[in-house]
Order: sequence, then C-alpha cells, then structure tokens
Amino acid sequence: MIRKLHSILGLSALLLVVVLAITGVILSINPTIERSQASVMGTSAITVAELTGKLASRYPQIEQLQRTPSGTLIVFYTDNNQAGADRIDPFTANTIGPYTITPFKTWLKNLHRSYLLDTPGRIAVALGALVMLLLSISGTLMLVNRAGGWRYLFRPIQGSTLSQRLHSQVGRLALIGLLLSAITGLYMSLETFEFIPDHQTAEPAFPDQVDGGEPAAIGSMAALKTIPVSELRELVYPYPQDAYDVYSITTQQGMGFIDQSTGQLLAFEPYNSRQKIYEFIYMLHTGEGLWWLALILGLSALTVPLMTWTGIQVWWRRRRAIPRISNNSKAPSADSVILVGSENNSTWGFAENLHNALNSAGYRVHTAAMNKLADTYPQAKRLFILTATYGDGDAPASAKQFLKRLAEVADTPSIPFAVLGFGDRQFPKFCGYAQQVADALKDKGWPALLATEMIDRQSSQTFARWGEAIGQEIGTPLTLDHTPPQPKTVTLQLAERINYGERVQAPTSVLRFKMADQSQPTGWFQTLFKTSKLPHFEAGDLVGILPPGSVIPRYYSLASASVDGVLEICVRQVQGGLCSNFLHNLNIGETIEAFIQDNPQFRPASGKQPIILIGAGTGLGPLIGFIRNNKSRHPMYLYWGGRNPDSDFLYEQELKTYLSDQRLSGLNTAFSRIPKDSGYVQDKLLTDAEHIRALIQNNAQILVCGGRKMAGGVVTAMNDILAPIELDVTALKTAGRYREDVY
Amino acid sequence: MTNRILIPAAIASLLSAMAANAREVTFTTELKSYGGDGAYVALYLTNEAGQYQKTLWIAGEKSKYYKHLSGWARGSGLRSSEYDALTGASVAAGKTMTVTLDLDDSFIDSGYQVRVDTAVEDMRDNRNDVVVSLTTEGVGQTTAGRGYVQSFSYSF
Repeated sequence: MIRKLHSILGLSALLLVVVLAITGVILSINPTIERSQASVMGTSAITVAELTGKLASRYPQIEQLQRTPSGTLIVFYTDNNQAGADRIDPFTANTIGPYTITPFKTWLKNLHRSYLLDTPGRIAVALGALVMLLLSISGTLMLVNRAGGWRYLFRPIQGSTLSQRLHSQVGRLALIGLLLSAITGLYMSLETFEFIPDHQTAEPAFPDQVDGGEPAAIGSMAALKTIPVSELRELVYPYPQDAYDVYSITTQQGMGFIDQSTGQLLAFEPYNSRQKIYEFIYMLHTGEGLWWLALILGLSALTVPLMTWTGIQVWWRRRRAIPRISNNSKAPSADSVILVGSENNSTWGFAENLHNALNSAGYRVHTAAMNKLADTYPQAKRLFILTATYGDGDAPASAKQFLKRLAEVADTPSIPFAVLGFGDRQFPKFCGYAQQVADALKDKGWPALLATEMIDRQSSQTFARWGEAIGQEIGTPLTLDHTPPQPKTVTLQLAERINYGERVQAPTSVLRFKMADQSQPTGWFQTLFKTSKLPHFEAGDLVGILPPGSVIPRYYSLASASVDGVLEICVRQVQGGLCSNFLHNLNIGETIEAFIQDNPQFRPASGKQPIILIGAGTGLGPLIGFIRNNKSRHPMYLYWGGRNPDSDFLYEQELKTYLSDQRLSGLNTAFSRIPKDSGYVQDKLLTDAEHIRALIQNNAQILVCGGRKMAGGVVTAMNDILAPIELDVTALKTAGRYREDVY
Repeated sequence: MTNRILIPAAIASLLSAMAANAREVTFTTELKSYGGDGAYVALYLTNEAGQYQKTLWIAGEKSKYYKHLSGWARGSGLRSSEYDALTGASVAAGKTMTVTLDLDDSFIDSGYQVRVDTAVEDMRDNRNDVVVSLTTEGVGQTTAGRGYVQSFSYSF
C-alpha cells in the first residue's frame, strides 16, 4: 500500500519535484556566496547613526538603506535623476561596487516558486511540495519496515540491486533536508493561498504629529543611535522636498517611524508572533542568513534527480517481474495450488517456473498470491507456498493477509503442503516468515509434503534441487531451471593458476583472470575508451560464472578487487560439480563468461575497530582479498582451517608476507588431518576465546566465509565464547558486526 | 504589447453622472526592461503641496505588497475604500500599461499633479517615479521616470 503510494506519487509528480529540486540546489548556493562577500563580524558594534552619518556625504541623494539577511548592505540613491544602487562596507561606508540583480536569479526564483506560471504555477509548486513531503514520509516508513523497526533505521542497508541500495541509502541521508524543505515550502504556499492567516504585522499608523522643522543631520538622530547595524533591515529616507515626511525604519524586532527634525522614534510596532513564525520558516526554507543550512538543504535537494532515476529503475524492475501466469487453472478445479508471497515480485518468477513444470507434467495448477487464499480447494492434492520474508521476519506485500485468512478458513480439509522460503542469510531472521507459515499450517494439522526449504539470495541451484525433491515426492520428475534475470556477462581469460590440495583429496585452485584479448573494440565508443578494463568490483563481491551449456550461474567470492588488475577466485573441485570441474580443466588462455554481483554487506567496516576473519578451505578467498587491501593496517586477525599444511595451505606465502608487513596482525590456523594440533577452525576459536572476547569488547567486526557446516560450527563456538560477556551472534548480526558469506 | 484597462461602463457612467463635468483621460505608462518581476504601480493625484487627493489606479494583485508604493501608501492610508475597483494586474518589465477613466474637470489645470510610485520584489521602491502636473498643455507630452518608468504621458 505504502509502496504503491510511493511509486504513484513519485512517477506522477516526477517533473514537478525534479524542477523544484534542481532550481532549489542552485538557489541554495546564494546565501553562502552572499555571506562570503559581506562583512558581518563586528557590525553589532556600529550603530545605524554612525553608518548613515558617513553615508550622508558620500550619497547626498540617498533614498534607502537595506541590509540583507546575509549581511550585505545596499544603498539606493538617485544621481542625475537616475536611480542607482551600491553595495557598501559597513565599517567605512565605502562603496564596494554596484548592486545588481541578475535576471537569471529572478528567473530561477520564479521557476522555483511558480514554474514561471504565476498563480496556477504556485498551486502546482504547492502540490510538488506536498508530493515531496508524502514521498519522504512514505519512503521513511518503507525504510523502517524494511529495517525491521525505527531502532534499526540507521543500520547498514541491504538491497539486491545497486539502484535499490542507492535509493535507500541516499534517501536516508537526504531525508531530514528534504522533509524540512517540503514542510517549510508547503507552509509558505499555504500562506500564499491564505489557508494560514497572513503573517504580516500591521504597519504602525502614520504619525499624526510631525515636527516639520528643519531636518536634523542623520548621524545625530537619537533613535538611530540605539540600533546596531546588525539589527537593521531597512531604512527609508523621507522624500527630499517633504518636510512632513518621516524616516521609516525596519529592524529585526519591528518597524517604526522617526521624525526627521527631532530624530525621535514616533511610532514602533514590534512583529507579532505570526510574522516571527513565518520569518523563521522562511529562513529555514531559503537558508537566507543561515548559509550552512542552505548548503545542507541544497545537498539534500541534489539527491532528488538521483532518487528519481534509481526510483524509476526499482519501479521498472519490479514491474517487469509482475507475473503473467499462463494456463492458470481455477481454484476449485486445480489439483495443485501454488501460493506466492512476494514483496518485489521476484518470487513470482520462481512460482511461474514451478507452475509451468507442473503444467507440462499434466497437472492442473492454480497459482495466486497468498493473500488470495481461497475458502476451499476441493480438488487440491498438494499446496506449494513460495514466500519471501520482509524486514524482520514479516510477511511480504502479497502475503500480508495470509495468516488471518488461514485462521478464517477453519473447515478446509487438510492438504499436504511444502513451503519454500526465499531470503538473504544476512538478515537475522532468514526466511522467518516462511517458517511462521509452515508452523501455522502444521498447527492446523496439515501434513507436510516436504520439509521447509530455504533459498538464499535467489539461488537457482537450491531451487533446482528442491524441484527434484518435490518430483520424487509426487512421483513425477520435475526440472526447475528458473534464473532471475542476469546482468550482461563479460568474457574473461584465465591468466594464472596455482593448485593446492591434490594430496589430501581436496584439489583447490587459485585462478586469476583478466579481460579476454579477443574482446576487440567494435565501435567508435570502444575505440575511444578502451573498455578492456575489468568491470568494477571489490574483494568479497561475487562473480557469477556460466559454465558452457548451463543457464544457471555459479557464484564465487572474489579474492581480489578490480584495482588489483586481476579477477581472482579460489575454487575447490567438487565431485560431479559442473562449474568447478569446468574451471579446474580450464587451460591458461581459455575463456569464461562471467558477471559481477555486488555483495556490499560482506566487507570490513571502515574505521579503526579490529576485524576478525574466519574461514575454512576456499572461504579464505575474499578474506585474503580484504587482507591484501588492508593498506591502512587496521588490526585484522585471521582464523582459518585446512586439512594439511603441506598440501592445502592456501596462500601460505602471501599470508606470511602480510604478517610481516602488518597488513595481518594475527594468523591462527587449524589443520584437520594432522595428528598433533588437529581440529577445525571453530576449535581454534575456542582455544583463543579470551583474545576474541577482548577484541569483541573492543568493537571488533566478524566476517565469516566458507561452507555451511563450518559456519554453523563457528556460530556455536562464538556463542560459547560470547556468553560470558552477555552477547550472542544474533545480537552481533543485528548490529551489523557479524557478517557471513556462506555456501 | 499594451495592457489596456477600462473602467466598466456602469461605474464610468455613474462617475460622470456624479460629476457635473467629467472627461475621459488616458494615462500611458511604459516600463523599462529592468530585469525583474512584474512591477506594482500606483497612479494617484496630489495637490501642489504633494498631499494625496485620490487614487487613479493600482497595478498589482496582492494588497499586502501595497505598502511598498510608499508615497501613495502614506497618502491613502492603505484604506481599501480608497482603491476599491481600481486595481489590476502588475505590469511586466518592458510592457506598457494604459489606464482610461473619467476624471472630474476640476482636477485639470488647477494645480493637481499625477504621481506614479513603483515597486518590484527584491528591488528598490520608487516613490515619485514620475510627478507631472495635470494640465491641458501637458497632453501628449512624454515624461521619463526616475525608476522603472521609461515614459509617462496622458491624453484627454
């Protein structure tokens, strides 16, 4: 609901908001420029009388003296019957230069507040501000939902695509500025259209009694001697030939009149509270007189074009993923039912694949959103629930009503069910909602067709394996081969290989790739900008590799960053593994098709806190990348497990180098196949518990990379280690201090 | 381009019915290309001593900005009864405003002056941008203003 509102508002008022933002950015620079040119310091020590006294000789035909909120002093005068305006120095009253308003600035201001369309334009601008406000609010609510609560709003953001992450991250930064601009702008619009009473304080009545005698020298006027220059806004001189005219003075406090003959204040009206409120809001909106605020607001507004662009991308991707299920049977006639819980529609792609596979195997399949749970499925023999999890174990959009609906349909005969959860292991409640659904069905007494399976980051392999298991259960082989849309691949060429582990039956290779030679420039663009550079990636990101004849990519953690000039991975040969065997048999000079998938959550935190790296086997890959790039020598401690130091001690030489040049502060290894000192990496952790606790209390971050079994063992060991200091892995995970890259 | 403003016929005839001898006077005010927003313009009559007599025309929609037409504002006391039905749109830079209205003969050749005050947002206010006597001789004569007025003339 909120998301829909957010998209509709953003898309429909796109142009309105972008124009407001861009003009706002340019206007926001003015207060700083003006402030840098004005002398403000010390002007509270000079009185208006002193200043005007000096001005009197310099500008005999002065008509008006003005001080802008930035502190620029302007005199308006007539010379030779021609109007002129100069900027002046408050201390010396010397002329700095002529004062001009550029037509561009006026134009820009009008574009910003009325799209150059006067009253209709001002209404449109008010709408633009309202949309901005609603976008900020709905965006915040979505961020909060996604983070799992207000408390977690400023935790690191996860997101599957770059545009999504940028949209959330940048939006979060700009939020306060955008809210402030929108609210204050809206307030000013409301006043323009008189929804809020006019702010202006009534001018004091023109004095009835004016001395009318010989005008006194302005520098001697008592009233002006009490007003410091810093308080002045405007002083309008009396009309030269009019002895009964007066000085009109406007200060920070109010406005009044001064008798030109006696120099006494004749009337003074302090501003009312409405005007003070308006002026405060005006200042917050324009940053006039608050240059640093103007810059903050300008920077916030500068994000709007980026937010628009990334927002469109996120919206378009979600829209493209909207399911179009063909041959969808009606609920009453279906023998198989698929219910889908999806937040951004990516789960629908998997559901469609399952739907089609069952369909071509001759089943009558009904696929619908989980919210559309029917009262009864009279023919159904099996129910599949494919669902993502939103935020902190909550239901995704298309499943929000599901548990409520399920409780309502009390008398349905039970149907064997299988739940397939989709999620990201990095979230503390991985597939938490899928688990809730499975529990609810179990509580209802429905039999499980298959144990609940969970798919990490849209893994096509896990999905295919689940399909095989389902096939066995229902007695019909099922081939599921859904791949989420892949980015374009690049061709890489194997440049170097180092083999380990043959002797301990764990053949493992470090493979280094560069861009393939044959990717010759084809167009003028490529010729001009030789694109034979590696795409950008950091150590810890993933490379998706498509083995020949397969559409399902395999992901490997990157052991290098693109700045290293090579793409390095560490691959263990798996019995019967299509991709690992392909890579192991690859000769120097042969090529692969690959693409980069960002994995920004798995990176050492910036800052001075220590980093504990834990891994086993090829899990060392990204960890060595982190150590290699630890140029600022943060304290990094590595715990790593292998089989035999003589055979599969990956990167042995490099690690020793890093120890000696302090890129690595401590190295702890465990080898499972040697008689003395045998054990796993988690055993090593337990031995070193004291040290690890000390590091954690010193705000250390933990990065774990390796197989699932090892990761589980590490969690158990870490919980034991953390118990005495009343912490556990879950708490560290929520704080973003325990990150895993597990396969 | 000309911005032509005519007092509605009913009011005009009412005015002429009240005044024994009235005539139709046209005031033409051309603005400079001063490069700002639309100008607020006050056209009013004073006596020889400069004391406010009556409002002829106020260009500008929002009364809250009228105080910037300072000479006129002082004289009229900004009372809306002084300018009711005598207001119109502000005048853009470089444009010409033409106002035609019926004026009592007693104001002509009797020492009365036409004054023009102008004001533009974020720019200076011009009290007495133009001051000319309202005389038969003055018909068709063009006067340059001190502020935003390029030229001013009247005819009857």
